Amino acid sequence: MISSPTVASRLQGRSELGVALLLGAAGVVVFLDANGLATPYSRSDPVGPKTVPFIVAGLLVICAVLLAVNVLRGGSGEAEGGEDVDLAHPVDWKTVLPLVGAFVANILLIGWAGWVISGTVLFWGSVWALGGRHYVRDGLISLALSILTFYGFFLGLGIALPAGLLEGIL
Amino acid sequence: MDVFSSLMDGFATALTPMNLLYAVIGVVLGTAVGVLPGLGPAMTVALLLPVTYALEPTGAFIMFAGIYYGGMYGGSTTSILLNTPGESSSVVTAIEGNKMAKAGRAAQALATAAIGSFIAGTIGTTLLAVCAPIVVQFAVSLGSPSYFAIMVLALLAVTAVLGSSRLRGFASLGLGLAIGLVGMDSVTGQQRLTFGVPLLADGLDIVVVAVAIFAVGEALWVAAHLRRTPLHIIPVGRPWMGKEDWKRSWKPWLRGTAFGFPFGALPAGGAEIPTFLSYVTEKRLSKHPEEFGHGAIEGVAGPEAANNAAAAGTLTPMLALGLPTNATAAVMLAAFTSYGIQPGPQLFATEGPLVWALIASLFIGNLLLLIINLPLAPVWAKLLQLPRPYLYAGILFFATLGAYSVNLQAFDLVMLLVLGALGFMMRRFGLPVLPLVLGVILGPRLEGQLRKTLQLSAGDPAGLWSEPIAVWIYVVVAVILFWPLLMRFWRKARPEAVPAVAGRHVTTAPDAASTNDENADTRALDDGATDTSQTTPAGRQENP
Repeated sequence: MISSPTVASRLQGRSELGVALLLGAAGVVVFLDANGLATPYSRSDPVGPKTVPFIVAGLLVICAVLLAVNVLRGGSGEAEGGEDVDLAHPVDWKTVLPLVGAFVANILLIGWAGWVISGTVLFWGSVWALGGRHYVRDGLISLALSILTFYGFFLGLGIALPAGLLEGIL
Repeated sequence: MDVFSSLMDGFATALTPMNLLYAVIGVVLGTAVGVLPGLGPAMTVALLLPVTYALEPTGAFIMFAGIYYGGMYGGSTTSILLNTPGESSSVVTAIEGNKMAKAGRAAQALATAAIGSFIAGTIGTTLLAVCAPIVVQFAVSLGSPSYFAIMVLALLAVTAVLGSSRLRGFASLGLGLAIGLVGMDSVTGQQRLTFGVPLLADGLDIVVVAVAIFAVGEALWVAAHLRRTPLHIIPVGRPWMGKEDWKRSWKPWLRGTAFGFPFGALPAGGAEIPTFLSYVTEKRLSKHPEEFGHGAIEGVAGPEAANNAAAAGTLTPMLALGLPTNATAAVMLAAFTSYGIQPGPQLFATEGPLVWALIASLFIGNLLLLIINLPLAPVWAKLLQLPRPYLYAGILFFATLGAYSVNLQAFDLVMLLVLGALGFMMRRFGLPVLPLVLGVILGPRLEGQLRKTLQLSAGDPAGLWSEPIAVWIYVVVAVILFWPLLMRFWRKARPEAVPAVAGRHVTTAPDAASTNDENADTRALDDGATDTSQTTPAGRQENP
């Protein structure tokens, strides 16, 4: 096998191995889950509920192994470009993490505080995370969007988004 | 039932004031999101799925038709004015289109794109109306084994032919199939991959999966790499063309259409290959080859026509076989299913009026695009200046709203975030998203056909190849799967053929284009058209 210094140097900058790990883990989970199913043989369903999961698990594990080999040999996936994407700088976690924070805040608030409040928090927080610094203008836009969608969904589509804390006012 | 009278009935349905309004909304909305960076027609249709639950199916599909064509058109506007194409099918348009715009001919580039799209879309939709019933007649004679084979072909072809890395395509497909397994098994009622969570028993809602992968994943990914320097947008007036431009455009339009439709209709079609083929052909046939690379109008007219004709072609297998081959068609298929409508050969019999109204509204949407977009081009150019924080915050906002309104469960938002993170990771490591989405949508249907097939043959695997069509399809599948191996033998046998196939530059591509082999073209396309020389060394070692 490979000696340890080579392993260390080979692992350097190979975060893509994490993808292989995820694929492999997904494959194992799919396999174990299907294996745990109790299936009496039935004439009307010779394939049963296990076969396809086994095939999918196999596909995932094979992909995981091949991807790991590919990455260790120096292969790498091509990051996706786009109009607003500048691949010259690395992943900017200072933008992504607050964005995820705003998203999680919405999940936690939506049932209790209602859509108008949680949606405002989501939009305002996202704009802030993405670099918007017109606090008042952003806040007004957020509130307007949340209220408009709340009434739009209720009156136009008959979908009652949760009113939460503002129940009775809205 | 003849095509013409059915189509006329379709027009009668689509031309009612309400449905016409849906068509206008669809076209305007589709163009707007096509123009806006980061948004595409697939994402838009996914975001609108919950909204359309309140509509009756005909109105919803008329709107989707508008979004579908509008999104294509909007994408080309962006690539002409910005030179940073968002969709792979607009890459070729950007080559000449942006050069034209820089040379002060943006109005002509937009005009030839718009009129070419109209002509190609109209011819393509006519072909769709004529071909789909023929495909249906053929398809009703097929049984489960053939359907199973066709679905296998579609999944493998999309995975193996598109994209630069087959291995990463298959990884994405595997993840999609695994997500499609979640929920109660339809035959035995056993819970698979639900981990005891009752909310997972019904499976993951396709709206949640599509919105998470297309919208949340995209917004997070762009946020991570947001361009901090403002983009240079070329100002534009009302599009128009002079006599000379017309003379140089009409043949490329027709040739582009001829390339686009058949490729769109193939299971692994997509618009990338025909747009590239059209570009190469125009370059070779042009009387002004020296203008190519400096803004030749033929290089915009042909690929744009090919792009739209391919969009029409894609709808043929989608309506006639229930087989989506691009992301937008996949999400539209999910919409059909959510209305309880089963796409496939029976669709024309059971939902005839709906299908013909949809086809008629494609004609109407096409005309509306031309009428609305020629005067509105300056407005679309302004839309490109929307502050990015608002744009991407808005995508997250509406993604949340759309996913939440399906079941009104905060749990769906958790899934949205988890799958959005998956979408982010896939973009980071170059895993294509289309195989995943197709795997989620087609996986359960594939399993259904497999079980039906073996039920009929009483468990004998030979049942899988009991129909001649199925056998032929498996031969094609084998060719696609073992293509890299075949190529290796080919290169060993004829070393001098290598440059034509593995050409890294657009200049070598005509050789590839002259062969009739779509796979060689794909390979050349991957290497040449994107011009990033990014076909990884890995791309050639892989052999999934």
